[in-house]
Amino acid sequence: MAARANAVAALLALVVLALPFSGVIPAYWVTLFNYIGIASLVAIGLVLLTGVGGMTSFGQAAFVGLAAYTTAVLTVQFGVSPWLSLPVSLAVTALGALLVGAVTVRLSGHFLPLGTLAWGVALFYLFGNLSWLGAHDGMSGIPPLRIGGHALTDGRQFFVLVWLAVVLAVVVAQNLLGARAGRALRALRRSAHAAEAFGVDIAGAKLRIFIFAAMLAGLAGWLYAHFQRSVAPGPFGVNAGIEYLLMAVVGGAGRVYGAILGATGITFLRDQVQDLLPVLVGSAGNYEIVVFGAVLVLALQTAPNGLWPILFGPPAPAKIPARHGVSKLAPRARPERGSRLLEVDRVRKNFGGLVAVNDVGFEVRAGEIVGLIGPNGAGKSTTFNLICGALDIDQGAIRFRGESIAGAAPQRIAARGLGRTFQHADIVADMSVLENVALGAHLRGQAGMVRAMLRLDRDEEARLLGEAARQLERVGLSADAHKPAGSLALGQLRLVEVARALCLDPVLVLMDEPAAGLRHGEKKALASLLRELRADGVGVLLVEHDMDFVMSLADRLVVLDFGTRIAEGVPATVRRDPRVLEAYLGGVA
Amino acid sequence: MDSTIFLFLVQDGVINGAIYALAAIALVLVFAVTRVILVPQGEYIAFGAMTVAALEAGRTPPTIWLLVALGVLSALAALAQNRRTLGAGLVARIIAFDLVLPAALAGLTVVLAPLKLGPAVYVPLAVALIVPMGPMIYRVAFAPMAQASVLVLLIASFGVHFSLMGLGLVFFGPEGIGTQPLLGGDFSLGGIPVTGQSVVVVGTTVLLLVAFALFFERTLMGKALRACSSNRLGARLVGIPTTTAGSVAFALAAAMGAISGVLAGPIVTIYYDSGFLIGLKAFVAAILGGLVSFPLTVLASLGVGIAEAFFSFWTSNFKEVLVFTLILPVLLWRSLRTPVHAEED
Repeated sequence: MAARANAVAALLALVVLALPFSGVIPAYWVTLFNYIGIASLVAIGLVLLTGVGGMTSFGQAAFVGLAAYTTAVLTVQFGVSPWLSLPVSLAVTALGALLVGAVTVRLSGHFLPLGTLAWGVALFYLFGNLSWLGAHDGMSGIPPLRIGGHALTDGRQFFVLVWLAVVLAVVVAQNLLGARAGRALRALRRSAHAAEAFGVDIAGAKLRIFIFAAMLAGLAGWLYAHFQRSVAPGPFGVNAGIEYLLMAVVGGAGRVYGAILGATGITFLRDQVQDLLPVLVGSAGNYEIVVFGAVLVLALQTAPNGLWPILFGPPAPAKIPARHGVSKLAPRARPERGSRLLEVDRVRKNFGGLVAVNDVGFEVRAGEIVGLIGPNGAGKSTTFNLICGALDIDQGAIRFRGESIAGAAPQRIAARGLGRTFQHADIVADMSVLENVALGAHLRGQAGMVRAMLRLDRDEEARLLGEAARQLERVGLSADAHKPAGSLALGQLRLVEVARALCLDPVLVLMDEPAAGLRHGEKKALASLLRELRADGVGVLLVEHDMDFVMSLADRLVVLDFGTRIAEGVPATVRRDPRVLEAYLGGVA
Repeated sequence: MDSTIFLFLVQDGVINGAIYALAAIALVLVFAVTRVILVPQGEYIAFGAMTVAALEAGRTPPTIWLLVALGVLSALAALAQNRRTLGAGLVARIIAFDLVLPAALAGLTVVLAPLKLGPAVYVPLAVALIVPMGPMIYRVAFAPMAQASVLVLLIASFGVHFSLMGLGLVFFGPEGIGTQPLLGGDFSLGGIPVTGQSVVVVGTTVLLLVAFALFFERTLMGKALRACSSNRLGARLVGIPTTTAGSVAFALAAAMGAISGVLAGPIVTIYYDSGFLIGLKAFVAAILGGLVSFPLTVLASLGVGIAEAFFSFWTSNFKEVLVFTLILPVLLWRSLRTPVHAEED
């Protein structure tokens, strides 16, 4: 099936590459399609950055310009071969992206676009004012690309080169999105808390994808310079940057092929509008910009996910790579049963004047289930978030396997073997259930972006996805593995969360109301799964409202009320504790 | 550099900074209330200056056609958005605000323009022509997607900017304009000449900032806007209509923009697309202020203005490059101070 789809795609690509030589297509269209291909490269980078990673850059045109000027200077002023200037151009854009990215990726969402905007404007004025770059006139006389002794001056030959580059970019991008690093990227926007809780280095992932998008823009710039044979500041301004973004957004901000669709649509639209509008309005001018702006706003209002998903539906789910003789993931060394896993020691958390958690202390040992219960507003979820590192404590200490984790990043806590579920299912809706679960195994793989792009990660992928499939089977969701996670019912999503937490191979699992929304049968299955974990020596901390569920499972209960621990002990004792009864049922005085 | 040049540059910078401050304050306000980073703020500035230039010459400003066109668009959008809950009251309101008001303003302008009644008449008239554009733009472009992420709103904001800039070219043409100073004459202050216009600029800015502070501290609407900016859902639950708050914020921003344009007109040549660059510098200032703090934003605006004055003295070709590069070290500093935590849209 997949092999056939690949064959069809390869055939299609061959036909497209051969098309200009058929003589059917006028030279004008060949040129137009060369520009579409060049723009597609930039838009593919933006799709990864914006649609997948949830970041936006208005400065991609500046990266195109940076590479174009780099190769122009090297080839015109220093007589360097264009093929040698390619790696230099890419390195220069990567360096620029590193500079801009390093200062912005840690900040909240809108600083990156504004940072890239400022950078784009600055670079535009720089190009226009440096006399050795030809100032506003730019540089001309850029040599054509040569293969052997043959110069690629014919638009049709260039077409082949441009679209080979596009095919390459598509393959590389698709490889990335289907792999470990890609799953992390896809979680950045929709499920950042989960990504962080399973060890994804958020700032690092953002920076790497930003640099990659810039390098695609750099490749486009290099092609542009050697196709156009001249460069000037005009096409690298902020307007062009927005136009690239428009392509990605209109085409389908989350989809690689959407970038090509968007680049084609917008380039055609501009071409047509430029011809048509002066006829309609009666005078020449920059009117296409009015239409462009309106199209952009309309697109965002009516089809925020772009045209591609509307036309072609959701992305195909990842398949587990078939690998024979690939071992399973090695399990983590387990602490001795009964040893202390988690120590919460007089922890306090204030929100303004409110003491949400007031000197709470308890511990969880390997191979026991501890229930954290209490009425609404008792501070259960806050305690939970303090342990996971999602919130910082104000006082006290939290130790996990003997090491203080107060103030540690969620990633570090996850690496020590703490898996968690979320009260509100935190999943990537348009990613398959299997891939969502595989995010849990993020820390058990190493392959980064480059290995994913080159498909050097197949053995590891087989292990990671195989583990995800096993955990899905454990929670009884094997049949839904390839459905988009967003199509599942709430109860099933809770089980997806549980499977994802188990993928981490945790020594301690924190579960925030895992039974909420489950049907009776599902609850029983979950209870037996938790008992199985306990039997394996895993520690479980359970925040739960369902009293029957928690009473029947927990070895010990910790009861919170108004941020204070009011009781602790075995369920039978806690059940009769007068303070607990009062907290739940009100005073009996 | 001697002290005269130094003081002169500082003066120049303060004047520019005061104009940036008005735009930056508007950006912060709109962002706080609606989460929209208002890129088209610059267009109001250009429109304001262009309108004054036309009125000064006794011509009817093309602004009235732009206003009427936006009104029609806004009415259509409002009818389409509320098609399920359309009542007589709503229809009457749409007709009054989107159709009758622009038509009345346009009529008034056509009558007043040839009379050349002086700045006391045409400055308020120019501002009045531009203020209604704010809520119109909000309803057409942003209200339908009020729940979208900051990022999506920002991209849409660029769309609006492009359309308005293009419309600016259609309605005002490609020629640059300069307007008469509102207060003529120079006088000397500590040995350096000070123009009347700079006094007007700084005075107006200070006055507006004070009015702004009073509005937010003392009036119910001001408090409602503050409530919206600190907690949108909470504001809605206590009965503050967030869409109205958005419209008010956009109207205020349009007013600030128009006034900035009136102030900038006599100082620099304004083209249909000049506003963008002024707006961008205001952005740099707003970002320096973290997009939240009004006093910090004002300080940052003055900083940007003064930096620009000195950059243009030292190396005028690269002043834009340097002004926009300023943002990088500031972002770096903010970045190092911000703890990394996940955020979702």
